[in-house]
Amino acid sequence: MYEPYTSAAEGPFLITYTHQLEEPGNLEITTKDVTGKSVGGNRFLGSAVEFEYGIKAWWTTELYLDGQATARDGTLFTGYRWENRFRVLPREHWINPVLYVEFENINGADKSLLEVVDNDGEGDLTGPNSETRSEKKREIEAKLILGSYFKGWTFAENFIAEKNVRHAPFEFGYAVGVSRPLALAARPDRCNLCPENFQAGVEMYGGLGTHEHFGLQETSHYVAPTAAWTLANGTRFTVSPTFGLTETTVGFLLRFAVSYEIDQFGRAARHLFRNSGGGQ
Amino acid sequence: MTGLRILVLGALVTLTVAVAWARVGTLVQQAPPKARALSNPLEGQQRVQRAGAKLFAHECAACHGPDGRGMRKAPPLNQADVQEAPPGALFWVLRNGSLKRGMPSFAHLPEAQRWQIITYLKTLKERG
Repeated sequence: MYEPYTSAAEGPFLITYTHQLEEPGNLEITTKDVTGKSVGGNRFLGSAVEFEYGIKAWWTTELYLDGQATARDGTLFTGYRWENRFRVLPREHWINPVLYVEFENINGADKSLLEVVDNDGEGDLTGPNSETRSEKKREIEAKLILGSYFKGWTFAENFIAEKNVRHAPFEFGYAVGVSRPLALAARPDRCNLCPENFQAGVEMYGGLGTHEHFGLQETSHYVAPTAAWTLANGTRFTVSPTFGLTETTVGFLLRFAVSYEIDQFGRAARHLFRNSGGGQ
Repeated sequence: MTGLRILVLGALVTLTVAVAWARVGTLVQQAPPKARALSNPLEGQQRVQRAGAKLFAHECAACHGPDGRGMRKAPPLNQADVQEAPPGALFWVLRNGSLKRGMPSFAHLPEAQRWQIITYLKTLKERG
């Protein structure tokens, strides 16, 4: 008996990272979407397709391809992100640090909203694509990810520092989350609706200003209940209604994601290339 | 002088990290006595074994093989060092993994699920 997938290690979070990395050789493909409507702007759908691969047990790399569609405006590809996460400590502790480094090359029309830093807010989402797409954002982002597991609960805290490579000061943000599966023990039968296949949690994230103006003034903050459901075949659905807490936020966003993990993709790919090479 | 201090401090930190990573012996042997003393609260239950088999298929079979006989770098699980190991030592291995040897941590699984896997692991010997 062999089920070609592994459990949803990252929990139901769509913004907050836990300290769990991808298993070596596994490839997880996810589409993360967010839809909303800012005051003075049109309804939009921001989308990111994510390819997450476990290179080593201590190193995970991810490529994101971003795009968006805005009503009465247009649809466009907005750029890419390449991120790497490194586990620092070899053993599991009560709190576990992971270092995250990302390079992103996106434009100002990007609406995937994968993190909130500085004074990011509703105003960033209202401009027409024809104008915002010309703004280049080549940024380096670093995160300190802290994670803990306690009696079935997952706790995660992320501290974000982002810097445009050309100009602008360091910008800061945070994300925190807590989650738990509905059941801690597994049922013996293969099932879609087993309670252990469901996870529920809540995330909160927002900006913390810049190194010149650090603090909460005029920053955006969101709170988002989140739920994930993993089918017996490994497909995972996540949904998260997101509520803006401050004047600068979009009042309501709906986030959703679908993901599927391919076990030992790296081994299968190597095998494929070796066989095709031998046949020539 | 400050540069020398930083250099010495850096060397000490590097050495400490290297020592922490370079433990010897099999993974099971590295489990501390306190962890080895833990007993499996779900041991021997038929229903738990079946749940453990399902979890094993999801979490372990891709690397250790569907019957736990090992594949490539992943060692067999039906051999003496695993089958005769205290359940607490196996629980410790599942919790911590071994980043150096390529085994991830399974701490994200609730404790009950890790014990279910261990209950199933102990039946692999009987199955040959």
